[in-house]
Amino acid sequence: MKKILNNKTTRTNLLTYLVVIVAFAVMQAMNSAGMLGSSMKGFLVPICVYISLAVSLNLLVGICGELSLGHAGFMGIGAFSGVIIAALLKDVVANDFLRLLLAMVCGGVFAGVVGFLIGVPVLRLRGDYLAIVTLAFGEIMKNIIGNLYAGTDSEGFHMAISTSKMKLAAGGKYIVSGPLGATGIQKLATFTMGFLLVLFTLFIVQNLINSKEGRAIRAVRDNRIAAESVGINVTAFRMKAFVVSAFLAGMAGALFGLNYSSVTASKFNFNTSINILVFVVLGGMGNILGSVISATVLYVLPEAMRGLQDYRMILYAIVLILVMLFTWSPKVKEFMSVIADKVSGVFKKKEAGTNE
Amino acid sequence: MQILQYLINGISIGSVYAIIALGYTMVYGIAKMLNFAHGDIIMVGAYISFCVTSYLGLPAWVSVVAAVAVCTVLGIVIEGLAYKPLRGTPSLAVLITAIGVSYFLQNAAQLIWSSSPKNFTSVVTMKPISLAGGKIVVTGEVLLTVAACILVMVGLTLFTSKTRTGKAMRAVSEDRDAAQLMGINVNQTISTTFAIGSALAAVAGVLLCSTVPTLQPTTGSMPGIRAFTAAVFGGIGSIPGAMLGGILLGIIETFSKAYLSTQFSDAIVFSVLIVILLVKPAGLLGKQIQEKV
Repeated sequence: MKKILNNKTTRTNLLTYLVVIVAFAVMQAMNSAGMLGSSMKGFLVPICVYISLAVSLNLLVGICGELSLGHAGFMGIGAFSGVIIAALLKDVVANDFLRLLLAMVCGGVFAGVVGFLIGVPVLRLRGDYLAIVTLAFGEIMKNIIGNLYAGTDSEGFHMAISTSKMKLAAGGKYIVSGPLGATGIQKLATFTMGFLLVLFTLFIVQNLINSKEGRAIRAVRDNRIAAESVGINVTAFRMKAFVVSAFLAGMAGALFGLNYSSVTASKFNFNTSINILVFVVLGGMGNILGSVISATVLYVLPEAMRGLQDYRMILYAIVLILVMLFTWSPKVKEFMSVIADKVSGVFKKKEAGTNE
Repeated sequence: MQILQYLINGISIGSVYAIIALGYTMVYGIAKMLNFAHGDIIMVGAYISFCVTSYLGLPAWVSVVAAVAVCTVLGIVIEGLAYKPLRGTPSLAVLITAIGVSYFLQNAAQLIWSSSPKNFTSVVTMKPISLAGGKIVVTGEVLLTVAACILVMVGLTLFTSKTRTGKAMRAVSEDRDAAQLMGINVNQTISTTFAIGSALAAVAGVLLCSTVPTLQPTTGSMPGIRAFTAAVFGGIGSIPGAMLGGILLGIIETFSKAYLSTQFSDAIVFSVLIVILLVKPAGLLGKQIQEKV
């Protein structure tokens, strides 16, 4: 036991799990004691969703070193496939929890498969070009989902990507209707499932990082040419990270979709992708616990500032810029270290004085 | 005949993309950063022009000059406050800061001008020209846009090849450290680049809103992303590439709306981008740089 705790990465991983479990227990206790307002209750599931998204994107951006600007696309695929699956299984699977789980797994699998199909051509590109292609992919997905029609009637399930091709028999019911999005969703999502999703995401990502694959992926990030020359199959490892990340984003998306009574494709736009990226960068690239904390804080922050009305997003923007300047700027860092030296110098002098 | 009309419309909207893309590509080439706030400068430019004509009642050309002046100053200020302190840090840090600036501009515009759309009056008063017995209509906006685009293109090419500042820009984009050793003031060169890029964004904003007259705080973001795509399409960092990319993107967009599908025009445009990048990973006119070991 002691030996395990001496390992630094194991300690950090356990700390991450501990933080999440304690946070869940506290929120659950507060919830049952009736201490949470209705708005805070509404945040619980989205926070879990965004934590999972941030952690899965961190695998791509922080560990793999690939800038992805289309994470919301995978989230959207997961959300819509999850919603459709949940609606189709309504009469087949009676248990809500099981149905939610199935919907999330299907959402994840769909997103993972799309991730693989896109990854085959796209992962040949590098750096900023990869970022742009993922941006393009996110827009394409938003566009296609925004024109998707799906529904059931007496003849079974129908799906099409235009109104004219979509013909439901009398008494048929639309699940997804184009630009209006999915409506009449049965809200299956629960905070417990959100918590389980976060734990699952952490489990997958942290184990992947510390496995043989993870070390190879980091080697590729730090020096691709060196990694290639020692026999690492760069494309295969990048593909693994890409598909796992897409899969997790799809699961989170399905949970997100099933948390609201209606969802439109425009929710999964470029801005959402960017927001997830902001969580990752502010939490620290490659730092999983950082992603968890920053996703929570940054999701709650604009909502908590709702009292400031029109000023809240502008304040959010200013906070974002200032945090970036304070954490990255070499001049500010120098300034801070000078201040730190002076402060510690004052204390040292005092100590010296007392000794005399 | 119809096809010619679509071609003209495509070139017109493509010219706007090209002017925006020039700003993107110059900033990327020289500062090596993706400036996501560029689209919002377009919006600011359009609002300034709107205010000068609607509230002050001044002629259109004054409004364009005012928009260019305000955006140039804005570009320099943003660069100095938000981007300059982060010089030399990983590009992702600068990217997030640019996103912060973009949020800031959009929300500031919303506070000042409210989120309800404004009806932008076109800066062009010329009557449309009918050709081929009224089958083809060329509006004044189209002529002005295309003319502005050609003017900007020629101007920038001359500027970067003939003037000292332009040459300094090319040197900085080629190799920043070597340029500094040759006595080029890198910081000042980057500031100038931002000033030029923002001035172009202001022009693009006025032209864009003259063609599509609704103006709101999010007006700039989608054309911004499109133009960014155009810049990559043509090879980011290359001035003729941005021009070519912008016009091709406009034509592809108009034709896919006309002949393939209105709903899926976005998907088609971005799919073409992906295909182009797979065939030519550095864009149409971009330089393929071999990595050194």
